[in-house]
Amino acid sequence: MRAVEPVRRRRSARLVAGVSGGLADHLGVDVFWVRAVFAALAALNGVGVLAYGMFWLFVPQRASDAPEAPPTPRERQQAVGLAALGVGLAVFSGMSSGSAISGWITGPVAVALVGAAVVWREADEAQRRRWRDGARTRRITALRVLAGVALVAIGIGVLLFTNIGLDQMRFALLAVAATLIGVAVLTVPLWIKLVGALGEERRARIRTEERAEIAAHLHDSVLQTLALIQKQADAPREVRRLARGQERQLRGWLYGPSGYGREMTAQRASTTLAAAVAAVCGEVEDAFAISVQQVVVGDCEVDERINAVVQAAREAVVNAAKHAGVSEVSVYGEVEADRVNVFVRDRGTGFDPDGVPGDRHGLADSIRGRMDRHGGRAGLRTAPGEGTEVHLEMPRKTEART
Amino acid sequence: MSAHEGPDGQELVTVFLVDDHALFRAGVRAELDSVTDRVRVVGEAGSVAEAVAGIGHHRPDVVLLDVHMPDGGGAEVLKRLRTTLPDVVFLALSVSDAAEDVIAVIRGGARGYVTKTISSQELAKAVVRVSEGDAVFSPRLAGFVLDAFADRPGAAPISDPELDLLTPRERDVLRLLARGYAYKEIASELFISVKTVETHVSSVLRKTQLSNRYELSRWASDRRLV
Repeated sequence: MRAVEPVRRRRSARLVAGVSGGLADHLGVDVFWVRAVFAALAALNGVGVLAYGMFWLFVPQRASDAPEAPPTPRERQQAVGLAALGVGLAVFSGMSSGSAISGWITGPVAVALVGAAVVWREADEAQRRRWRDGARTRRITALRVLAGVALVAIGIGVLLFTNIGLDQMRFALLAVAATLIGVAVLTVPLWIKLVGALGEERRARIRTEERAEIAAHLHDSVLQTLALIQKQADAPREVRRLARGQERQLRGWLYGPSGYGREMTAQRASTTLAAAVAAVCGEVEDAFAISVQQVVVGDCEVDERINAVVQAAREAVVNAAKHAGVSEVSVYGEVEADRVNVFVRDRGTGFDPDGVPGDRHGLADSIRGRMDRHGGRAGLRTAPGEGTEVHLEMPRKTEART
Repeated sequence: MSAHEGPDGQELVTVFLVDDHALFRAGVRAELDSVTDRVRVVGEAGSVAEAVAGIGHHRPDVVLLDVHMPDGGGAEVLKRLRTTLPDVVFLALSVSDAAEDVIAVIRGGARGYVTKTISSQELAKAVVRVSEGDAVFSPRLAGFVLDAFADRPGAAPISDPELDLLTPRERDVLRLLARGYAYKEIASELFISVKTVETHVSSVLRKTQLSNRYELSRWASDRRLV
């Protein structure tokens, strides 16, 4: 089912202002019948012309990039005929309707209206030209506008001269008022359209910028990575590392605290435990081509102690990546009111804790030592073939953040 | 359950795939076919409407449901089918690890949630497990649920302790799940049977689906974790 779209005047496939075409598109009927109705209505003291003018004023033009089929020559001919018929009928009906007033008023008003139509059409044209480069039409535009203004002025002038036998003073006042009205008639639609055009342009610019940002990002990250993956298709390990790193980056961009889908609310992001853990896990993933599954429950600001936990956890993940011989390591962090627990676990080869050579300092210094110095403690559970789990526990100074 | 029988005499689990990416559906189908004989893909759909029609027609045991699709995604499929087809089990499968997505499909009635990076064997196991009535929690989902039920300052009042609180044992089980433990490992760690672990997980699932604690929904929408 097609959603009903608001009426929009046609931009290119038009004769006068695209009103009939827009209405025809909106109502789903042939444009010929709409024009015929306007022409017929014009016979009723010019109602059709008035209605057409109203539509012209209040219905905005279609967006410049909407597709439109150009009119066939035959359709154009019909349109010209109908428009001429409409104007003729309006003038004729006005003149022949008998009353003295309408007789003298119709002729000049018709002239003024034609002038106004010429100028208004130029306003539409000006809008159109924003989208194409068209300096060459500048002179024609000026000519047309001048001609339109002249027609309006003549119409109003004739209206005044032929009918008013007033004294000079009142005539001058009337002339000033008439001029002002003429200027208003000529320019108001122009302003309305200008405002509309500005709004449309702004929306288009925002869309373009948005698109450019996404395109730039995709180019910098995703396309580069895909190119690298194609080049390294024979090295599964490398492909895995690249894909994983790219996935993490894209996720961060889409959903992350400072990412694309986010307001600028969370600069604090990199200073919380969850973010810090995610960051170090990402580093290890990149460096060792493994996947680190991390889950953090609760969150808190990173202080000196938490930082020690994060660094110790990093060391534990690195150990697992180097020695366990697995492709996945799990990291689980939980923030409780009084302490922080972090578990780093792999299902790898495991080892005999008593059989670690004395020259290997990773576990002793980087993990145990670091935890001890900050008042925490590190536990280790492992056996050959059983995998390894490092448990880091650190008491907290501050309250849990909600 | 299905009346079909697999080659080894065990019941065959029929699966229906719902995902708007045809490439991904083809991949899952091939993976499931190659790693196990117990699971058979009977149909697939690429949109909400197709899914509703296809699932109604095939009556599969398990539906693998993508969370993100046009026209409302997995939650919409659940909404339309949960009441009419209570026997069909839904397992959510998504690239999204965002908390609100996970919680939304679980509360919509899915029996579990796994991410698309899961290995083929794990996926097949998860399908069989949900078809037997168990819940499947990825470590991340366990973490989300723990977080959602956490008692922290400003948490909503508890109106129904039966639903709004996790028992200490359930917490223990969830913690181990979040640490990446398998059910068997959890059982030996806590000195309970695997069956008991399953019971705890199902109970947590029920609470996650039914609890009216304001915290749960607010938490999920407040926080879009990656």
